[in-house]
Amino acid sequence: MKSFLFILSSLLFLNDNNGYKIGDLATNFSLPNINGEMISLSDYDEAKGFIIIFTCNTCPYSIAYEDRINALDAKYKPKGYPVIAINPNDPAAKGGEQLVDMKKRAEDKDFSFPYLQDKGQNIYPKYGATRTPHVFILEKQNRGNVVQYIGAIDDSSRSPDKVQKYYVEDAIDALLSGRLPKVSTTKAIGCSIKTL
Amino acid sequence: MFYSKYLAFLLFCFLLSAQSIPSLNYTEIKPLLNQKGDKIYVVNFWATWCAPCIKELPYFESLNQRKDVEVLLVSLDFPKHKQSRLLPFVDKNKLQSKIVHLDDKDENYWINDIDPNWSGALPATLIFTKKQRGFYEQSFTASKLDKILKLFKP
Repeated sequence: MKSFLFILSSLLFLNDNNGYKIGDLATNFSLPNINGEMISLSDYDEAKGFIIIFTCNTCPYSIAYEDRINALDAKYKPKGYPVIAINPNDPAAKGGEQLVDMKKRAEDKDFSFPYLQDKGQNIYPKYGATRTPHVFILEKQNRGNVVQYIGAIDDSSRSPDKVQKYYVEDAIDALLSGRLPKVSTTKAIGCSIKTL
Repeated sequence: MFYSKYLAFLLFCFLLSAQSIPSLNYTEIKPLLNQKGDKIYVVNFWATWCAPCIKELPYFESLNQRKDVEVLLVSLDFPKHKQSRLLPFVDKNKLQSKIVHLDDKDENYWINDIDPNWSGALPATLIFTKKQRGFYEQSFTASKLDKILKLFKP
């Protein structure tokens, strides 16, 4: 019985970790931004791809990256890879994560990118996001939006001046020059996604 | 005479309350994650900013009453917050577990080295004995932790 439970719990655990792998097609979504307007990947006719970042208002790691996310959007939106930030936390499970809080944060930090709420929390599990911040780079191909990178923004969450590896920039630069990213998955410490 | 006793007593209280918390890199911490004693080693990765971590800390603290369990709390607080947040928190809550502060920026290496299934989210807990090893990227309740611990034999 015990071993059965153990196997069962490992299966459940594996199931928790299900999400996209490199090469998978990412689902489209339609989620509200801070002004309540619905935003969807299909709104972006001109884009070559997307930098999807699951992030939130309260996680210190997310906060540490806000300026760098603005900088990524400034650099790569003109090249066809806009940032789309999605807050995956259930506002009922964590204070400071409601749409009004998101609006305030976006205005205080001058977000140049859409900041969406994963209302109903249906999208982050499909992607397999487990923490904030968690990046998924999608490349638009004929068959759909292909996942080409999953992981961290760079190798120095805690101080921007100590970055040695610019994971997201390197991955997009590769895609823009017709190559696959050399490093396509990375890990970093982050905050768990809050659910009830 | 009275004063020297008094001072000694104060010093004693101070030593009891303020445990020193070393800041270590991953190479220095790794041996603590691979011990071969006759115990169940419970290593909890946490930070003072992580609300679900704080919530489950008392369950790990209470394991210190068990002779067959050894608890290690690995703090992932930002280095700049060690003095201003971590030490005061440990002091205020009178934490009894052994605590180390992991200060190593090569997260992409050591997260996988600790366990390939760890995505990097906190809280996370490693439980191991000489022969068994389990990694749990989740929050615990007292009863959940108790159930999982029953799967381990020191």
